[in-house]
Amino acid sequence: MYTSIAELTNAAVSRALTVGAAVREQEALDLDQSQDVVICRMQERLAVMRDSVGRGLAGVRSRSGLTGGDARRMAEARTRIARGHATASGAPMLIGGEPLTSAIAYALAVAEVNAGMGRIVAAPTAGSCGVLPGVLFSVGEIRGAGDAELVDALFAAGGVGAVIARSSTLAGAAGGCQAECGAAAAMAAAAAVEIAGGTPEQCADAVALAFKGLLGLVCDPVAGLVEVPCIKRNATSVAVALAAADMALAGIRSVIPADEVIWAMGAIGRELPASLRETALGGLAATPTGKRIASEINMVRDDAVVGIIR
Amino acid sequence: MNGVFDIIGPIMVGPSSSHTAGAVRLGLAARAIVGGRPSRAALALHGSFAQTYRGHGTDVALIAGILGMRPDDERIPDSFHVAREQGMEFTFSRADLGDVHPNSVLMELTGPNGSQTTVGGSSVGGGNILITRIDRFDVDFTGTSHALIVSYRDQPGVIAKITSLLATENVNIAAMRVSREGRHARALAIIELDQPVSKEAGALIKRISGIDTVIALPPVVSE
Repeated sequence: MYTSIAELTNAAVSRALTVGAAVREQEALDLDQSQDVVICRMQERLAVMRDSVGRGLAGVRSRSGLTGGDARRMAEARTRIARGHATASGAPMLIGGEPLTSAIAYALAVAEVNAGMGRIVAAPTAGSCGVLPGVLFSVGEIRGAGDAELVDALFAAGGVGAVIARSSTLAGAAGGCQAECGAAAAMAAAAAVEIAGGTPEQCADAVALAFKGLLGLVCDPVAGLVEVPCIKRNATSVAVALAAADMALAGIRSVIPADEVIWAMGAIGRELPASLRETALGGLAATPTGKRIASEINMVRDDAVVGIIR
Repeated sequence: MNGVFDIIGPIMVGPSSSHTAGAVRLGLAARAIVGGRPSRAALALHGSFAQTYRGHGTDVALIAGILGMRPDDERIPDSFHVAREQGMEFTFSRADLGDVHPNSVLMELTGPNGSQTTVGGSSVGGGNILITRIDRFDVDFTGTSHALIVSYRDQPGVIAKITSLLATENVNIAAMRVSREGRHARALAIIELDQPVSKEAGALIKRISGIDTVIALPPVVSE
């Protein structure tokens, strides 16, 4: 296992491997499993991700009824424009272009499937599960990447996530949303660079640049549910990941190295007040609308407490 | 832990590793402790579980686990329906369980053989769980390894006999906790193991003088 991004990228450079291949080989060693077995295990995750994108685009609703249908809305807007209907009907054109428009639709799709109690791959968490597939499949499509390349992109992302987990945290309750969607964006940026054929140094820079863009992001879920603002934060995080990957691929360096950015994320997380770490007490959860939704959904009433047991 | 497959994974039914996947595992652990599907389950939800169970599906997740479903089972949202089909009765209440983790549940279960068992546990993050109570005993195990739960009458030598039997079976003990209601009263040993205990060895342990019940628990936290 790699304990830092520097160690990971050095290993890839010295062995003339991509970051994804270096992580894949190391993981097979650590688990004492063959390359075929670890590839097969990652392929299974890729298939679940792909399935969750498809289901989310078809339209799902959450159990609370609070969210759902936005992935479908995004995909329909994208289709209208591809067919040239947007200008004919007078609706404004989308401005993002590809892969961003697809990345947003896919990230919303997976996050909505998660909120709807569908099957997803936590990446790194359930709350941030849309970011990586959003970037992975949209970049994969414009590059014509096959499953073998997508699997290695997932290994690259997983290797980055494992370093973050070891040196910092991936839990919103400990580090805020920067530890979930922030980490997911850093991982997704690494995956994008892998698919685009970037160097290990560019991968490290993409990780640093993406993470820096989301440092300090708080975890303030309305009613304590993984819905508002989580689903749309998955979608906005793909934009950060794609911007970071493109900067890195253009040769732009991060002044602060990736490992120091990861350290800073952990330090910021420790300084965040508890109200902004998944307790649903601050931020958006504490707005008038957030509080109204919470009281409607959870029907939290003191008289519902049935008594003290034990 | 924290290998690549812990990061890109687990494959699970959403929306929350702590409030959904962890809740399924708490139900699975309770099912294993009572030795199969209970005929009745009365679940008291505490803290964040009590406040947000509807939106997170914590209620259907707990019942799904009690029915033997894993965290990636797509029938989890329909577990109430499955329970009714199988004739399992269940109730939910909100309760203050005192100074416990915010994501906690107390499960009062009628086992397949009609016996009553109380299981308390918490979902402590990332889908990891802690079983904290069995009947009147405070316990502390994570469900990540094989475990033996042995109920016996407190007297000298019982633990020595169990551990020597495990040694002859070449089963290694990872962690052990022993507690009792009082001297010579009912006692409980939780023994976490690196290897499973064979049916035959379990039967031999059960025959040790003073032992009432032996439950062999498989790991509930694994893919």
